[in-house]
Amino acid sequence: MDQFKNHILELLREDSRRTPALIATMLGSEEEKVRQAIQELEDEHVLVKYSAVVNWDKVDDGNKVTALIEVQITPERGRGFDAIAERIYLYPEVKTVYLMSGGYDLLVEVEGKSLMEVAGFVSNKLSPIESVLSTKTHFILKKYKQDGVIFEDHEDDHRLVISP
Amino acid sequence: MNDQLKTVKSMSDYLNPEVRAIPPSGIRRFFDLANASKDKDIITLGVGEPDFVTPWHIRDACVYGLERGKTSYTANAGMIELREAIAGYLDERFQVQYDPGQEMIVTVGGSEAIDLALRALVAPGDEVLIPEPTYLPYSPLSSLSGGVAVPIETRAEHSFKLQAEDLLAKITPRSKVLILCYPSNPTGGIMTYEELLPIARLVEEHDLIVISDEIYAELSYEGRHVSFASLPNMKDRTLLVSGFAKAFAMTGWRMGYVCGHRDLISAMLKIHQYTVMCAPIMGQIAALEALKNGIEEMEKMVESYNRRRRLVVEGFRQIGLPCHEPQGAFYAFPDISGTGLSSEQFAHRLLQEAKVAVVPGHVFGIGGEGFIRCSYATSVNQLQEAIERIGSFISGLA
Repeated sequence: MDQFKNHILELLREDSRRTPALIATMLGSEEEKVRQAIQELEDEHVLVKYSAVVNWDKVDDGNKVTALIEVQITPERGRGFDAIAERIYLYPEVKTVYLMSGGYDLLVEVEGKSLMEVAGFVSNKLSPIESVLSTKTHFILKKYKQDGVIFEDHEDDHRLVISP
Repeated sequence: MNDQLKTVKSMSDYLNPEVRAIPPSGIRRFFDLANASKDKDIITLGVGEPDFVTPWHIRDACVYGLERGKTSYTANAGMIELREAIAGYLDERFQVQYDPGQEMIVTVGGSEAIDLALRALVAPGDEVLIPEPTYLPYSPLSSLSGGVAVPIETRAEHSFKLQAEDLLAKITPRSKVLILCYPSNPTGGIMTYEELLPIARLVEEHDLIVISDEIYAELSYEGRHVSFASLPNMKDRTLLVSGFAKAFAMTGWRMGYVCGHRDLISAMLKIHQYTVMCAPIMGQIAALEALKNGIEEMEKMVESYNRRRRLVVEGFRQIGLPCHEPQGAFYAFPDISGTGLSSEQFAHRLLQEAKVAVVPGHVFGIGGEGFIRCSYATSVNQLQEAIERIGSFISGLA
């Protein structure tokens, strides 16, 4: 990928609401070129979604329970881990699936309304899949930082208003 | 007796006349006004420092040093490991070579380095040539040594670069020191190799010493910064002042350095050892970490300033403020003379009516009137909002 598109991705990753005009100014380019590059990135499925990072702990009725589940599986002949990963990621309650190096194979992030709901997903949907050998469920207690954003209350700028 | 003393003599009569003669800086009043305000709605473009916090690995190195009890004095000139790292860094980045043993002092910020240089060089009556508008301390510190500050106006039409003929016009037999501050605070102007050459020729012809304040060297956006010491025959005539504050977001650490001819450095070291002994070891440890492992992150910060630079220059042009293109530091210096207000009036009213803090250009010396200094070391959203507010403030004036 060219440097120009990389810069666009960086700027959108910082703030996906930035307009093509703003990005063009910041990169010393033209709006139309940025618009076209973004279109290409979307078409190529490099840019897949524009979303917000939410600190759900601060949402009163935003009851959400998130678990990270280590899953050990037997790869399928000819298709490796991909087929079984697909069977897992198609569940809407599954937010993330990574193939991992190390002591287990897939890391699955599951979101539910309650502990019971997530536990139910693991015992009723995930574990019964044939190739799944074992699961280890870790519930997230507190998110300190996500996607490069620290969730602790935003620190004020400590600088003086004016300095030489 | 006491009463009598009070009636005939005010406390200020005890002061050194050179100190008393330093005019209360116009900037102080405005600083105090702006800094006293607790209004959370104020957006400040008035800050002369990065909006990044010092990278964590640098802070962590300092913490680790403290844990291991690194709390002693260091060599007067600074830890030799740090001086060696600075020498390597200057050679690699700016192609200037200094002997870390004899030609370098680690100072308490670039500010101390400037003070040392002026105290070591300037004797009563010596003239110090200062291109303006510029950073504030050069002129008062020259006067403290009994020197005479000789301002040289630089102009927007030259992108605030020092013109050889303007320099020549101010040179007299008493001229001794020329101070260069490029990339420039407050204008963001820079000087290229070709633009510095005629200056160097005059420096040689007229036997001047140059104090080159290159604290913003890393913040150069159109090609690599050219150190004045790298010009032909200029190394021995140059005291190169720099530091960690701007490039590595380390303002509060007060870590700077000065490099130059060993005879000048050893004289400055005498003053340094009697005044501060050595720069604080905690800062030195942090600075060493910055040079060893901080270059990549520093370059990311520079790229981030560059993006905001383009945004702010374009923004000012769109709201009708002429703005020369700054190529270094993190300041834009737009021309507000078209509003009919003085830069001080403009800054005051902008703060009160639009809640945007900027620094009026006249405080930076001759040539600064009619301009405002706007730092773009603040978030993109704040910059956009600030430009919008300045835009409506200006339309309200019309």
